[in-house]
Amino acid sequence: MRRVWALVWKDLLVEFRGREFLGAMVVFALITIVTLNFAFDLSRGDREASGAGGLWIAFLFAGMLGLGRSLAVERDRGTLEGLTLCPVDAGTIFLGKFISNVLFIVIVQAVSLPVFYGLYNLPSLEPMVLLMAVIGAIGLAGLGTLFSALAASSRAREILMPLLLFPLAIPLVIGTVRATTLIFQGDGAEAWPWFNLLAAFDVIFVTLSYIVFDLVLEE
Amino acid sequence: MTGDGPLIQVEHVYKRFGTKVALRDVSFSLVSGEAVALLGANGAGKTTLLRSLATLARPTRGTIQAFGVDAWSARAAVRAQLGVVAHQPYVYPELTCTENLVFFATMFGLEEVRVRAAEALEHVGLARRADDRASTLSRGLLQRLNLARAILHEPAVLLLDEPDTGLDAAGREVLSEIVHSQVTRGGSVVLTTHALEYALGLATRVVVLGEGRVVLDEPRELVSDEAVSLAIGSGVVAAGR
Repeated sequence: MRRVWALVWKDLLVEFRGREFLGAMVVFALITIVTLNFAFDLSRGDREASGAGGLWIAFLFAGMLGLGRSLAVERDRGTLEGLTLCPVDAGTIFLGKFISNVLFIVIVQAVSLPVFYGLYNLPSLEPMVLLMAVIGAIGLAGLGTLFSALAASSRAREILMPLLLFPLAIPLVIGTVRATTLIFQGDGAEAWPWFNLLAAFDVIFVTLSYIVFDLVLEE
Repeated sequence: MTGDGPLIQVEHVYKRFGTKVALRDVSFSLVSGEAVALLGANGAGKTTLLRSLATLARPTRGTIQAFGVDAWSARAAVRAQLGVVAHQPYVYPELTCTENLVFFATMFGLEEVRVRAAEALEHVGLARRADDRASTLSRGLLQRLNLARAILHEPAVLLLDEPDTGLDAAGREVLSEIVHSQVTRGGSVVLTTHALEYALGLATRVVVLGEGRVVLDEPRELVSDEAVSLAIGSGVVAAGR
Protein backbone atom coordinates (compact mmCIF):
# COMPACT_ATOMS: atom_id res chain seq x y z
CA MET A 1 0.00 0.00 0.00
CA ARG A 2 3.00 2.31 0.53
CA ARG A 3 3.49 2.41 -3.24
CA VAL A 4 -0.19 3.05 -3.91
CA TRP A 5 -0.14 6.06 -1.57
CA ALA A 6 3.09 7.28 -3.16
CA LEU A 7 1.29 7.27 -6.51
CA VAL A 8 -1.69 9.14 -5.05
CA TRP A 9 0.58 11.70 -3.38
CA LYS A 10 2.46 12.17 -6.66
CA ASP A 11 -0.75 12.57 -8.69
CA LEU A 12 -2.21 15.13 -6.28
CA LEU A 13 1.02 17.11 -6.13
CA VAL A 14 1.45 17.09 -9.92
CA GLU A 15 -2.17 18.16 -10.46
CA PHE A 16 -2.22 20.90 -7.81
CA ARG A 17 1.03 22.35 -9.21
CA GLY A 18 0.43 21.74 -12.91
CA ARG A 19 -3.36 22.33 -12.98
CA GLU A 20 -3.68 19.96 -15.88
CA PHE A 21 -7.37 19.04 -15.60
CA LEU A 22 -8.93 19.55 -12.14
CA GLY A 23 -9.73 23.20 -12.78
CA ALA A 24 -11.33 22.33 -16.11
CA MET A 25 -13.40 19.59 -14.43
CA VAL A 26 -14.73 21.99 -11.78
CA VAL A 27 -15.54 24.72 -14.31
CA PHE A 28 -17.25 22.24 -16.63
CA ALA A 29 -19.42 20.86 -13.79
CA LEU A 30 -20.41 24.36 -12.63
CA ILE A 31 -21.26 25.54 -16.17
CA THR A 32 -23.43 22.45 -16.70
CA ILE A 33 -25.27 22.95 -13.40
CA VAL A 34 -25.86 26.67 -14.02
CA THR A 35 -26.96 26.15 -17.65
CA LEU A 36 -29.41 23.38 -16.80
CA ASN A 37 -30.79 25.52 -13.98
CA PHE A 38 -31.96 27.99 -16.61
CA ALA A 39 -33.12 25.24 -18.98
CA PHE A 40 -35.34 23.37 -16.49
CA ASP A 41 -38.67 24.58 -15.18
CA LEU A 42 -37.96 24.15 -11.47
CA SER A 43 -41.44 25.17 -10.39
CA ARG A 44 -42.93 21.93 -11.76
CA GLY A 45 -43.41 18.72 -9.79
CA ASP A 46 -40.67 16.78 -11.59
CA ARG A 47 -37.88 19.18 -10.63
CA GLU A 48 -36.35 16.49 -8.34
CA ALA A 49 -35.85 14.19 -11.32
CA SER A 50 -34.63 17.04 -13.55
CA GLY A 51 -32.25 18.22 -10.84
CA ALA A 52 -30.86 14.72 -10.19
CA GLY A 53 -30.37 14.19 -13.91
CA GLY A 54 -28.63 17.54 -14.32
CA LEU A 55 -26.39 16.89 -11.34
CA TRP A 56 -25.19 13.53 -12.64
CA ILE A 57 -24.76 14.81 -16.19
CA ALA A 58 -22.38 17.38 -14.69
CA PHE A 59 -20.47 14.76 -12.67
CA LEU A 60 -20.33 12.27 -15.53
CA PHE A 61 -18.99 14.67 -18.15
CA ALA A 62 -16.66 16.50 -15.78
CA GLY A 63 -15.39 13.11 -14.56
CA MET A 64 -14.80 11.99 -18.11
CA LEU A 65 -12.86 15.14 -18.86
CA GLY A 66 -10.41 14.37 -16.05
CA LEU A 67 -10.36 10.61 -16.49
CA GLY A 68 -9.51 10.95 -20.16
CA ARG A 69 -6.48 13.05 -19.30
CA SER A 70 -5.23 11.19 -16.24
CA LEU A 71 -3.26 8.50 -18.08
CA ALA A 72 -3.00 10.31 -21.43
CA VAL A 73 -0.78 12.97 -19.82
CA GLU A 74 1.49 10.28 -18.36
CA ARG A 75 1.71 8.51 -21.71
CA ASP A 76 2.40 11.71 -23.66
CA ARG A 77 5.22 12.67 -21.30
CA GLY A 78 6.66 9.16 -21.23
CA THR A 79 6.29 8.94 -17.46
CA LEU A 80 3.85 6.05 -17.80
CA GLU A 81 6.78 4.02 -19.11
CA GLY A 82 8.78 5.17 -16.08
CA LEU A 83 6.00 3.86 -13.84
CA THR A 84 5.87 0.60 -15.79
CA LEU A 85 9.60 0.16 -15.18
CA CYS A 86 9.06 0.20 -11.42
CA PRO A 87 8.98 -3.28 -9.88
CA VAL A 88 5.28 -3.15 -9.08
CA ASP A 89 2.40 -5.05 -10.61
CA ALA A 90 -0.01 -3.19 -12.84
CA GLY A 91 -2.69 -3.55 -10.17
CA THR A 92 -0.70 -1.25 -7.88
CA ILE A 93 -0.54 1.40 -10.61
CA PHE A 94 -4.27 0.93 -11.20
CA LEU A 95 -5.09 1.40 -7.51
CA GLY A 96 -2.97 4.55 -7.26
CA LYS A 97 -4.55 6.07 -10.36
CA PHE A 98 -8.03 4.92 -9.31
CA ILE A 99 -7.79 6.51 -5.85
CA SER A 100 -6.42 9.74 -7.36
CA ASN A 101 -9.31 9.82 -9.85
CA VAL A 102 -11.88 9.20 -7.10
CA LEU A 103 -10.38 12.11 -5.13
CA PHE A 104 -10.48 14.42 -8.16
CA ILE A 105 -14.15 13.59 -8.83
CA VAL A 106 -14.98 14.04 -5.11
CA ILE A 107 -13.30 17.47 -5.17
CA VAL A 108 -15.48 18.42 -8.18
CA GLN A 109 -18.54 17.17 -6.28
CA ALA A 110 -17.52 19.06 -3.12
CA VAL A 111 -17.47 22.32 -5.10
CA SER A 112 -20.55 21.57 -7.22
CA LEU A 113 -23.00 20.32 -4.60
CA PRO A 114 -23.25 23.58 -2.58
CA VAL A 115 -23.72 25.53 -5.84
CA PHE A 116 -26.38 23.04 -6.92
CA TYR A 117 -28.09 23.44 -3.53
CA GLY A 118 -28.14 27.21 -3.91
CA LEU A 119 -29.57 27.13 -7.45
CA TYR A 120 -32.01 24.23 -7.33
CA ASN A 121 -33.11 24.40 -3.69
CA LEU A 122 -32.97 20.60 -3.48
CA PRO A 123 -31.44 18.76 -0.48
CA SER A 124 -28.15 18.03 -2.24
CA LEU A 125 -26.12 18.31 0.96
CA GLU A 126 -28.03 15.50 2.73
CA PRO A 127 -25.69 12.73 3.97
CA MET A 128 -27.41 10.21 1.69
CA VAL A 129 -26.73 12.37 -1.37
CA LEU A 130 -23.11 12.75 -0.32
CA LEU A 131 -22.84 8.98 0.10
CA MET A 132 -24.45 8.52 -3.31
CA ALA A 133 -21.97 10.96 -4.82
CA VAL A 134 -19.00 9.00 -3.43
CA ILE A 135 -20.43 5.65 -4.60
CA GLY A 136 -20.96 7.13 -8.05
CA ALA A 137 -17.43 8.57 -8.07
CA ILE A 138 -15.96 5.16 -7.21
CA GLY A 139 -17.83 3.44 -10.05
CA LEU A 140 -16.98 6.15 -12.55
CA ALA A 141 -13.30 6.21 -11.56
CA GLY A 142 -13.06 2.41 -11.59
CA LEU A 143 -14.27 2.13 -15.15
CA GLY A 144 -12.70 5.41 -16.26
CA THR A 145 -9.19 4.54 -15.06
CA LEU A 146 -9.23 1.30 -17.05
CA PHE A 147 -10.57 2.90 -20.23
CA SER A 148 -8.30 5.90 -19.83
CA ALA A 149 -5.32 3.54 -20.01
CA LEU A 150 -6.86 1.76 -22.98
CA ALA A 151 -7.60 4.99 -24.87
CA ALA A 152 -4.37 6.77 -23.90
CA SER A 153 -2.30 5.07 -26.59
CA SER A 154 -4.83 5.89 -29.31
CA ARG A 155 -4.69 9.04 -31.40
CA ALA A 156 -8.50 9.16 -31.28
CA ARG A 157 -8.63 8.91 -27.51
CA GLU A 158 -11.06 11.83 -27.07
CA ILE A 159 -13.59 9.86 -29.12
CA LEU A 160 -12.59 6.42 -27.89
CA MET A 161 -12.92 7.22 -24.18
CA PRO A 162 -16.66 8.09 -24.19
CA LEU A 163 -17.37 5.30 -26.68
CA LEU A 164 -15.84 2.79 -24.29
CA LEU A 165 -17.07 4.32 -21.04
CA PHE A 166 -20.70 5.26 -21.76
CA PRO A 167 -22.17 1.83 -22.56
CA LEU A 168 -20.72 0.25 -19.44
CA ALA A 169 -21.54 3.27 -17.28
CA ILE A 170 -25.27 3.08 -18.13
CA PRO A 171 -26.18 1.02 -15.01
CA LEU A 172 -24.20 3.52 -12.92
CA VAL A 173 -25.96 6.52 -14.48
CA ILE A 174 -29.45 4.99 -14.14
CA GLY A 175 -28.78 3.92 -10.54
CA THR A 176 -27.32 7.21 -9.35
CA VAL A 177 -30.01 9.34 -11.02
CA ARG A 178 -32.86 7.17 -9.71
CA ALA A 179 -31.46 7.02 -6.18
CA THR A 180 -30.73 10.76 -6.09
CA THR A 181 -34.25 11.53 -7.37
CA LEU A 182 -35.76 9.40 -4.61
CA ILE A 183 -33.66 11.16 -1.95
CA PHE A 184 -34.65 14.56 -3.35
CA GLN A 185 -38.31 13.45 -3.18
CA GLY A 186 -37.88 12.51 0.48
CA ASP A 187 -38.09 8.74 -0.18
CA GLY A 188 -34.59 7.94 1.09
CA ALA A 189 -35.62 4.47 2.26
CA GLU A 190 -36.72 3.62 -1.29
CA ALA A 191 -33.25 4.49 -2.53
CA TRP A 192 -31.46 1.71 -0.60
CA PRO A 193 -31.95 -1.01 -3.26
CA TRP A 194 -30.22 1.36 -5.71
CA PHE A 195 -27.40 1.89 -3.22
CA ASN A 196 -26.92 -1.87 -2.98
CA LEU A 197 -26.97 -2.25 -6.75
CA LEU A 198 -24.42 0.53 -7.20
CA ALA A 199 -22.18 -0.82 -4.44
CA ALA A 200 -22.21 -4.20 -6.23
CA PHE A 201 -21.45 -2.42 -9.52
CA ASP A 202 -18.50 -0.66 -7.87
CA VAL A 203 -17.07 -3.87 -6.43
CA ILE A 204 -17.43 -5.80 -9.69
CA PHE A 205 -16.00 -3.14 -11.99
CA VAL A 206 -13.18 -2.01 -9.72
CA THR A 207 -12.14 -5.65 -9.21
CA LEU A 208 -12.35 -6.45 -12.93
CA SER A 209 -10.44 -3.28 -13.85
CA TYR A 210 -7.75 -4.16 -11.27
CA ILE A 211 -7.37 -7.63 -12.75
CA VAL A 212 -7.23 -6.67 -16.44
CA PHE A 213 -5.21 -3.46 -16.04
CA ASP A 214 -2.03 -5.43 -16.70
CA LEU A 215 -3.27 -6.27 -20.21
CA VAL A 216 -3.88 -2.66 -21.21
CA LEU A 217 -0.73 -1.25 -19.61
CA GLU A 218 1.84 -3.61 -21.07
CA GLU A 219 2.77 -3.67 -24.73
CA MET B 1 21.69 -12.50 -9.49
CA THR B 2 22.63 -15.93 -10.72
CA GLY B 3 26.11 -16.57 -9.39
CA ASP B 4 28.58 -17.12 -12.22
CA GLY B 5 25.98 -17.27 -15.01
CA PRO B 6 25.22 -14.36 -17.33
CA LEU B 7 23.08 -11.58 -15.93
CA ILE B 8 21.19 -11.42 -19.20
CA GLN B 9 21.02 -14.03 -21.93
CA VAL B 10 19.41 -13.11 -25.25
CA GLU B 11 18.70 -16.05 -27.55
CA HIS B 12 17.50 -15.83 -31.14
CA VAL B 13 15.33 -12.81 -30.50
CA TYR B 14 13.14 -11.38 -33.25
CA LYS B 15 11.03 -8.28 -32.89
CA ARG B 16 8.50 -7.33 -35.51
CA PHE B 17 6.36 -4.16 -35.73
CA GLY B 18 3.71 -4.98 -38.31
CA THR B 19 5.65 -5.79 -41.47
CA LYS B 20 8.87 -4.14 -40.22
CA VAL B 21 11.37 -6.50 -38.60
CA ALA B 22 13.41 -4.53 -36.05
CA LEU B 23 15.45 -7.41 -34.61
CA ARG B 24 16.51 -10.58 -36.47
CA ASP B 25 17.92 -13.55 -34.65
CA VAL B 26 19.78 -11.49 -32.05
CA SER B 27 21.76 -13.49 -29.50
CA PHE B 28 24.22 -12.27 -26.92
CA SER B 29 24.88 -12.48 -23.23
CA LEU B 30 25.82 -9.96 -20.61
CA VAL B 31 28.01 -11.00 -17.70
CA SER B 32 28.90 -9.29 -14.48
CA GLY B 33 31.40 -6.44 -14.73
CA GLU B 34 30.82 -5.68 -18.41
CA ALA B 35 30.19 -2.34 -20.07
CA VAL B 36 28.75 -3.09 -23.49
CA ALA B 37 28.65 -0.38 -26.13
CA LEU B 38 25.66 -1.23 -28.30
CA LEU B 39 26.31 0.60 -31.56
CA GLY B 40 24.77 0.91 -34.97
CA ALA B 41 23.36 3.36 -37.45
CA ASN B 42 19.90 4.91 -37.06
CA GLY B 43 17.25 2.22 -37.37
CA ALA B 44 19.70 -0.60 -36.67
CA GLY B 45 17.57 -1.85 -33.76
CA LYS B 46 19.54 -0.54 -30.77
CA THR B 47 16.59 1.05 -28.99
CA THR B 48 14.33 -1.92 -29.74
CA LEU B 49 16.90 -4.29 -28.27
CA LEU B 50 17.37 -2.09 -25.22
CA ARG B 51 13.60 -1.86 -24.73
CA SER B 52 13.36 -5.63 -25.00
CA LEU B 53 16.10 -6.02 -22.37
CA ALA B 54 14.21 -3.52 -20.19
CA THR B 55 11.03 -5.66 -20.50
CA LEU B 56 9.26 -2.75 -22.20
CA ALA B 57 8.88 -4.68 -25.45
CA ARG B 58 8.08 -8.36 -25.72
CA PRO B 59 10.13 -10.27 -28.29
CA THR B 60 8.07 -11.63 -31.15
CA ARG B 61 10.23 -14.75 -31.10
CA GLY B 62 13.18 -15.96 -29.02
CA THR B 63 13.87 -15.62 -25.32
CA ILE B 64 15.48 -13.16 -22.96
CA GLN B 65 16.61 -14.61 -19.64
CA ALA B 66 17.48 -12.09 -16.96
CA PHE B 67 18.97 -13.12 -13.62
CA GLY B 68 18.09 -16.73 -14.37
CA VAL B 69 14.40 -16.22 -15.14
CA ASP B 70 12.36 -15.43 -18.24
CA ALA B 71 12.48 -11.64 -18.35
CA TRP B 72 8.95 -11.10 -19.65
CA SER B 73 7.20 -13.60 -17.38
CA ALA B 74 8.94 -12.30 -14.26
CA ARG B 75 9.17 -8.68 -15.37
CA ALA B 76 8.27 -7.08 -12.01
CA ALA B 77 11.15 -8.94 -10.31
CA VAL B 78 13.52 -8.30 -13.21
CA ARG B 79 12.73 -4.58 -13.28
CA ALA B 80 13.82 -4.30 -9.64
CA GLN B 81 17.36 -5.05 -10.85
CA LEU B 82 17.36 -2.80 -13.90
CA GLY B 83 18.14 0.89 -14.13
CA VAL B 84 16.89 2.39 -17.38
CA VAL B 85 17.62 5.69 -19.07
CA ALA B 86 15.59 6.14 -22.25
CA HIS B 87 14.91 9.01 -24.61
CA GLN B 88 12.13 10.37 -22.38
CA PRO B 89 13.23 11.68 -18.99
CA TYR B 90 10.70 9.63 -16.91
CA VAL B 91 10.51 12.43 -14.33
CA TYR B 92 7.65 14.77 -13.42
CA PRO B 93 8.31 18.42 -14.31
CA GLU B 94 6.01 19.68 -11.52
CA LEU B 95 7.98 17.86 -8.79
CA THR B 96 11.32 18.92 -7.39
CA CYS B 97 14.40 16.80 -8.00
CA THR B 98 14.15 15.39 -4.46
CA GLU B 99 10.41 14.72 -4.75
CA ASN B 100 10.93 12.87 -8.03
CA LEU B 101 13.61 10.65 -6.56
CA VAL B 102 11.71 10.08 -3.30
CA PHE B 103 8.73 8.98 -5.38
CA PHE B 104 10.74 6.52 -7.46
CA ALA B 105 12.66 5.26 -4.41
CA THR B 106 9.32 4.49 -2.77
CA MET B 107 8.08 2.76 -5.92
CA PHE B 108 11.23 0.61 -5.87
CA GLY B 109 10.48 -0.32 -2.25
CA LEU B 110 13.64 1.30 -0.85
CA GLU B 111 14.03 2.38 2.77
CA GLU B 112 15.29 5.80 3.92
CA VAL B 113 14.11 7.26 0.66
CA ARG B 114 15.20 10.83 1.42
CA VAL B 115 18.75 9.72 2.19
CA ARG B 116 18.85 7.65 -1.03
CA ALA B 117 17.52 10.58 -3.03
CA ALA B 118 20.10 12.96 -1.54
CA GLU B 119 22.92 10.50 -2.26
CA ALA B 120 21.82 10.02 -5.86
CA LEU B 121 21.57 13.78 -6.42
CA GLU B 122 25.04 14.24 -4.91
CA HIS B 123 26.34 11.50 -7.21
CA VAL B 124 25.19 13.29 -10.35
CA GLY B 125 26.13 16.77 -9.13
CA LEU B 126 22.58 18.02 -8.63
CA ALA B 127 22.62 18.45 -4.83
CA ARG B 128 22.37 22.24 -5.11
CA ARG B 129 19.25 21.93 -7.30
CA ALA B 130 17.57 19.38 -5.01
CA ASP B 131 14.61 21.62 -4.20
CA ASP B 132 14.15 23.00 -7.71
CA ARG B 133 11.35 21.71 -9.87
CA ALA B 134 12.42 19.45 -12.73
CA SER B 135 10.71 21.86 -15.15
CA THR B 136 13.36 24.48 -14.32
CA LEU B 137 16.29 22.23 -15.27
CA SER B 138 18.12 22.50 -18.58
CA ARG B 139 18.17 19.48 -20.94
CA GLY B 140 21.55 18.39 -19.63
CA LEU B 141 20.60 18.73 -15.95
CA LEU B 142 17.36 16.88 -16.64
CA GLN B 143 19.43 14.06 -18.09
CA ARG B 144 21.51 14.03 -14.90
CA LEU B 145 18.31 13.75 -12.87
CA ASN B 146 17.28 10.91 -15.14
CA LEU B 147 20.60 9.19 -14.43
CA ALA B 148 20.08 9.73 -10.69
CA ARG B 149 16.67 8.05 -10.98
CA ALA B 150 18.22 5.10 -12.82
CA ILE B 151 20.97 4.46 -10.22
CA LEU B 152 18.79 5.18 -7.18
CA HIS B 153 18.19 1.50 -6.34
CA GLU B 154 21.73 0.34 -7.23
CA PRO B 155 20.56 -1.91 -10.07
CA ALA B 156 22.54 -4.93 -11.25
CA VAL B 157 22.23 -3.80 -14.88
CA LEU B 158 22.11 -0.27 -16.26
CA LEU B 159 20.45 0.09 -19.66
CA LEU B 160 21.35 3.50 -21.08
CA ASP B 161 19.82 4.62 -24.37
CA GLU B 162 21.82 7.62 -25.59
CA PRO B 163 22.45 8.82 -22.03
CA ASP B 164 24.94 11.46 -23.21
CA THR B 165 22.18 13.41 -25.00
CA GLY B 166 22.35 17.02 -23.86
CA LEU B 167 25.22 16.42 -21.46
CA ASP B 168 28.12 18.88 -21.37
CA ALA B 169 31.71 17.82 -20.62
CA ALA B 170 31.07 17.77 -16.86
CA GLY B 171 27.89 15.78 -17.40
CA ARG B 172 29.77 13.24 -19.52
CA GLU B 173 32.31 12.87 -16.72
CA VAL B 174 29.47 12.12 -14.33
CA LEU B 175 28.13 9.54 -16.78
CA SER B 176 31.59 7.96 -17.19
CA GLU B 177 31.98 7.77 -13.41
CA ILE B 178 28.57 6.09 -13.10
CA VAL B 179 29.51 3.50 -15.73
CA HIS B 180 32.90 2.83 -14.09
CA SER B 181 31.49 2.48 -10.58
CA GLN B 182 28.71 0.20 -11.88
CA VAL B 183 31.29 -2.10 -13.50
CA THR B 184 33.63 -1.92 -10.49
CA ARG B 185 30.96 -3.07 -8.08
CA GLY B 186 30.17 -6.08 -10.28
CA GLY B 187 27.18 -4.71 -12.13
CA SER B 188 26.87 -4.32 -15.89
CA VAL B 189 26.02 -1.60 -18.36
CA VAL B 190 24.56 -1.66 -21.86
CA LEU B 191 24.96 1.72 -23.48
CA THR B 192 23.87 3.04 -26.87
CA THR B 193 25.15 6.28 -28.30
CA HIS B 194 26.15 7.86 -31.58
CA ALA B 195 29.28 9.33 -29.95
CA LEU B 196 31.54 6.49 -31.08
CA GLU B 197 34.77 7.66 -29.48
CA TYR B 198 33.08 8.28 -26.15
CA ALA B 199 31.39 4.87 -26.19
CA LEU B 200 34.58 3.03 -27.09
CA GLY B 201 36.37 4.81 -24.25
CA LEU B 202 33.87 3.42 -21.76
CA ALA B 203 33.19 -0.04 -23.14
CA THR B 204 34.73 -3.37 -22.23
CA ARG B 205 32.82 -5.00 -25.08
CA VAL B 206 31.41 -3.77 -28.38
CA VAL B 207 28.24 -5.06 -30.02
CA VAL B 208 27.28 -3.57 -33.38
CA LEU B 209 23.82 -4.00 -34.86
CA GLY B 210 23.03 -3.62 -38.55
CA GLU B 211 19.55 -4.03 -39.96
CA GLY B 212 18.45 -5.72 -36.73
CA ARG B 213 21.28 -8.27 -36.74
CA VAL B 214 24.43 -8.51 -34.63
CA VAL B 215 27.23 -7.79 -37.11
CA LEU B 216 30.02 -7.52 -34.56
CA ASP B 217 30.41 -8.73 -30.97
CA GLU B 218 33.95 -8.51 -29.61
CA PRO B 219 35.81 -7.56 -26.42
CA ARG B 220 36.92 -3.94 -26.68
CA GLU B 221 40.63 -4.77 -26.53
CA LEU B 222 40.34 -7.10 -29.53
CA VAL B 223 38.66 -4.67 -31.89
CA SER B 224 40.01 -1.46 -33.39
CA ASP B 225 38.07 1.79 -33.74
CA GLU B 226 38.28 1.38 -37.53
CA ALA B 227 36.79 -2.12 -37.39
CA VAL B 228 33.88 -0.79 -35.34
CA SER B 229 33.32 2.07 -37.80
CA LEU B 230 33.44 -0.41 -40.67
CA ALA B 231 30.94 -2.68 -38.93
CA ILE B 232 28.56 0.23 -38.36
CA GLY B 233 29.04 1.24 -42.01
CA SER B 234 28.35 -2.30 -43.22
CA GLY B 235 25.13 -2.24 -41.24
CA VAL B 236 24.16 0.98 -43.01
CA VAL B 237 24.98 -0.55 -46.39
CA ALA B 238 22.98 -3.68 -45.53
CA ALA B 239 20.05 -1.53 -44.41
CA GLY B 240 20.21 0.48 -47.61
CA ARG B 241 20.09 -2.54 -49.90
